[in-house]
Amino acid sequence: MFALETAAHPENLRRIAIDPVTRVEGHGKVTLLLDENNKVHQVRLHIVEFRGFETFIEGRPYWEVPVTVQRLCGICPVSHQLAAVKAMDQIAGYGPLTPTAEKLRRLMHYGQMVQSHAVHFFHLASPDILLGFDSDFTRRNIVGVALDHPEIAKQGVLLRKYGQEVIRHVAGKRVHGTGAIPGGMNKALSLAERDEMAKDIEQMIAWSLGAVHMVKQLHETNPGFYNVFGEFRSNMMGLVRPDGALDFYHGALRAVDADGGTIFDQIDYATYQQVLEEEIKPWSYMKFPHIKSLGAENGWYKVGPLGRVQAASFLSTPLAEAERQAMMALGGGKPVHGTLMYHWARLIEVVHAAEMIRDLLNDPEILGMDLMADKGPRRHEAVGVIEAPRGTLFHHYRVDDDDLVTYCNLIVSTTNNNQAMNEAVRTVARQYLDGRVITEGLLNHIECAIRAYDPCLSCATHALGKMPMTVELVDPAGQVISSLSKG
Amino acid sequence: MNAPHQLPRKLRVATTSLSGCFGCHMSLLDIDERLLELAHLVEFDRSPITDIKHCGPCDIGLVEGGVCNAENVHVLRELRANCKVLVALGACAVNGGLPAQRNNVDVNKCLTQVYRNADGVVQVPNDPELPLLLDKVYPINEIVRVDYFLPGCPPSGDTIWKFLTDLLTGRTPRIEHPLLKFD
Repeated sequence: MFALETAAHPENLRRIAIDPVTRVEGHGKVTLLLDENNKVHQVRLHIVEFRGFETFIEGRPYWEVPVTVQRLCGICPVSHQLAAVKAMDQIAGYGPLTPTAEKLRRLMHYGQMVQSHAVHFFHLASPDILLGFDSDFTRRNIVGVALDHPEIAKQGVLLRKYGQEVIRHVAGKRVHGTGAIPGGMNKALSLAERDEMAKDIEQMIAWSLGAVHMVKQLHETNPGFYNVFGEFRSNMMGLVRPDGALDFYHGALRAVDADGGTIFDQIDYATYQQVLEEEIKPWSYMKFPHIKSLGAENGWYKVGPLGRVQAASFLSTPLAEAERQAMMALGGGKPVHGTLMYHWARLIEVVHAAEMIRDLLNDPEILGMDLMADKGPRRHEAVGVIEAPRGTLFHHYRVDDDDLVTYCNLIVSTTNNNQAMNEAVRTVARQYLDGRVITEGLLNHIECAIRAYDPCLSCATHALGKMPMTVELVDPAGQVISSLSKG
Repeated sequence: MNAPHQLPRKLRVATTSLSGCFGCHMSLLDIDERLLELAHLVEFDRSPITDIKHCGPCDIGLVEGGVCNAENVHVLRELRANCKVLVALGACAVNGGLPAQRNNVDVNKCLTQVYRNADGVVQVPNDPELPLLLDKVYPINEIVRVDYFLPGCPPSGDTIWKFLTDLLTGRTPRIEHPLLKFD
């Protein structure tokens, strides 16, 4: 049982709800239960929507799945498309991808990292940091940032645009394009498209580096606040290459503890069910995953930028790695766990993704025409895993002899962060709300903790469901006269 | 004497995402630099990109997503009651979209399938804080009156820009090929 998860006596407590949580993607709400002295007894982040992808994918042809499941999320459709297609490559019997196909997939994935991180930092989260956690809530949005900091807003809008354009050049559309198909890619990159992207990439690297430096400077103005806000210790997980470098597109699972010690490393992600399991709680549609060997109490972990840049040994590009070292120096050799550090780590990843895009655009193979792998024996089951902008994303499918999906299991990035986000809001409730008169600005502190994780609550609501309902007619003696059940 | 010249007030725009994926809101942001131009023409009211949690009187309401639970119904009615012009933005709001594929599924069977723990025990989330799910996913015009339907999954940034600028300048919105697309 986690502290502040469940109040011992909820009946006499006052309920405050933050509903909906805003400037995040999708639907969530926070409920707080407080006593007459405003002492906090219960804090929960509820995921309130439920959509059903895992179930209605069953019975559909496998080749349809990458473009269907990307509709889970309009911010990171590319990650769902790629995780699904990595599984379907194997199902359809394709061998290793051609170098060009893998590079094109990586290009659109890095483009997505840039746009998704940019939209999160600039459009959604920066109003808190640049205008103030308890600034006027009617101005606390991207338009307010544009009025007070026009240059920052412009760079944010154009960074996002660049990432979206990279996706469009590879996948045909900015949101919900095609591109990756089982076995490879459906379109080569033209010279004109490559040159179009290449002409602005140096500017994008410079702007993303500028954003990292802005966060670094903000941190220097008030390190006590940035280090401690919503700080809690936890395990961390991400995909790494054999040499330990972070890899967004492909790698093996590594998890480290709060001090950076290895829990497991180089685990083939196809065996994820042997190292991870999920717990169900009655008050949220989102499940709670944890590392099996450590159990639910101690096995939960952080994914996403702060988790993976610290779980990995290094970043493979020089500018981003230098910034990672600078951030980690704050911990004196140990990982840092402040919730707001997520923003810093996220912007470092934008630098990394932009450097990777530059390297790919300079690689002549990106213009290759050999897009499809050789075909071998079909398989009935496969797992595809990728580092989505918000963290490790698992897609697991079984397909029958008629090409139809018979089983689908998705563990999305935000689900991996479920316990961590709940821990973050409880920590902030203890730090800032306990015993005080609750104001809009204080409640926004809770939302700031959630926003730092950049949760994608649409992604997290993929499982289909329906509330079972029972109506009972009871006589004054408490005897059930009649009962009707539904669902 | 003439009355002092007054600038026309900015039109107010509310937006919401019901049972959608946020892709239509991403497309709204895909107007890129024109977002700053739009901010000179309109003020945003309730929206996932602002911190205004409930809708006040507005001129335009943009609705992404179909209707899948009781909360979606409340939010949609709140927007309809407050917005002079209500727009179904994108495939899900127009006809339910991909999430409406759940309308073919036996939900009871599915629930027990999804919320079965490692020991085979079924634990369906049932806290009163979770809104009741509807039996099916509905297009928004089955719940409220809708003034405009903008198809596409999602409609592109250019399509949304053309639509909004038509509306904001008093023209009848006219979306034609190549801006009118259904994918």
